[in-house]
Amino acid sequence: MMLFKKILLTVFFGLIAVHSTSAEEASEEIDIGEVVFEHVLDSYEWHISEWKGRSIAIYLPVILIDDGMHVFSSKHILETGSYGNYHIAPKGAKNEGKIVRADGSRPFDISITKNVLQLMINAILLLVIVLLCARWYRRHDVLKEHPSGIAALMEPLIMMIHDMARENIGEDDFRRYSPYLLTAFLFILLSNVMGIIPCFPGGANLTGNIACTLVLALFTFFTVNLTGTRHYYKEIFSPDVPGVLKPLMAVIETFSALVKPVSLTIRLFANMLAGHIQILCMVCIIFIMGKYGPAMTGGATLISLLFGIFLDVLEILISFIQAYIFTMLSSIYIGMARQKAD
Amino acid sequence: MNLITPDTGLLFWMVLIFGIVFFILAKWGFPAITGMVDKRNKHISESLRLAEEAQLRMEKLSEEQQQMIAKTRQEQGRILKEAAQARSEILAQAKEDAAARTAEMVEKARVQIENEREAAMRDIRRQVALLSVEVAEKVLRSRLGSGVEQEALIDRLADEAVKSSHKES
Repeated sequence: MMLFKKILLTVFFGLIAVHSTSAEEASEEIDIGEVVFEHVLDSYEWHISEWKGRSIAIYLPVILIDDGMHVFSSKHILETGSYGNYHIAPKGAKNEGKIVRADGSRPFDISITKNVLQLMINAILLLVIVLLCARWYRRHDVLKEHPSGIAALMEPLIMMIHDMARENIGEDDFRRYSPYLLTAFLFILLSNVMGIIPCFPGGANLTGNIACTLVLALFTFFTVNLTGTRHYYKEIFSPDVPGVLKPLMAVIETFSALVKPVSLTIRLFANMLAGHIQILCMVCIIFIMGKYGPAMTGGATLISLLFGIFLDVLEILISFIQAYIFTMLSSIYIGMARQKAD
Repeated sequence: MNLITPDTGLLFWMVLIFGIVFFILAKWGFPAITGMVDKRNKHISESLRLAEEAQLRMEKLSEEQQQMIAKTRQEQGRILKEAAQARSEILAQAKEDAAARTAEMVEKARVQIENEREAAMRDIRRQVALLSVEVAEKVLRSRLGSGVEQEALIDRLADEAVKSSHKES
């Protein structure tokens, strides 16, 4: 029994170390909200673990554009709380947790934060994967060989989206849009999966950040509305309805066109954020139960382990589904904008 | 940091990096892959079409073959029948010829036998004539011992000779 508990605790120490910074606080009262938000929000350093009271983290560069460019390591500002004219906004203040000027206003902050670094890692990974795959196709004769290695891995995904674009946009001009849809799909899928990995090269909540999903949705929005046909604009601004209803319908249609990117943004953001919060809560249950003695801790550990595994697997499924839904809706919106007059 | 306010820094980096990734992949990544796969799909459907055509042609060929076999069988039957007919004709002809030849030979043999018989008869007659002359001579010699008888015979013979010449005339 003791051995079993020891094994369980060892297993959990691994999980705890990567999911939580507060392993030592297990006996104290812990603020779940704070722990969870610390993990799902962006930060100036990439926290990995704590070891004997010292935190192990990657300090990322801060870049501020405010009367010229200021570049310094976030280590300075995080350890002392201030650096030059800048300090980190205290809890409860406006711009909480972000670098602000002495008067509390924000400079233009393009720091390489945790999410930006994750974004760069994902971008490089995506480029490497797809360009290697493309290289395979350039170097092999597809009429004589079936795809192998990375090409065999990527071909089903790429062709699934390519065929979806063909179906939703139409045979005439889906080739113009398929690269965008493919980039969006693979980028979201990769970012979602990287977000589930709990340690360094992944783990940042990139697609659970509203800025990331907003940019993706705006790319779709501009793609749809800058390449729409005359028929599409006529349907929005002068729909085929009786005279009195015309202005009303025009307002509704315009509003619906503007709401589409918002729904895309929020759907992806909320789904990924919720997934991360669920997994983090499962891990936090262990620490909440910590003060009720070994039996409760052991039981809660077992349960949260099982639920944690379940949620992690579910999260992999959701990663794929959300990436697919985002791409499918984008292709449907583009297809609607490419409609020709009947 | 706030959950639902988009951070300008991340917005900036996202637009920049996603834009660059999109540009690079749209130029050198996806068109190469999808183009090749489309090419392969086209090749596959083309091959399937060709295979179907080949199958149809094969079926047609085998049908033709069947027809040819049937026709050949018919021809074979006809030829066999003709051959049988020809054989029986030849046989009949041969029989006829043989009969004719036999008849001819028999005829020849008969004529020869006749000739031989006649020759034999002539020979026998001559022999008989010679014999009879010899016998007559002998008889005469024995009878002509006396003069009386000799004269009587001469007379008779002369009479006879006269009679026969009378008869002839």
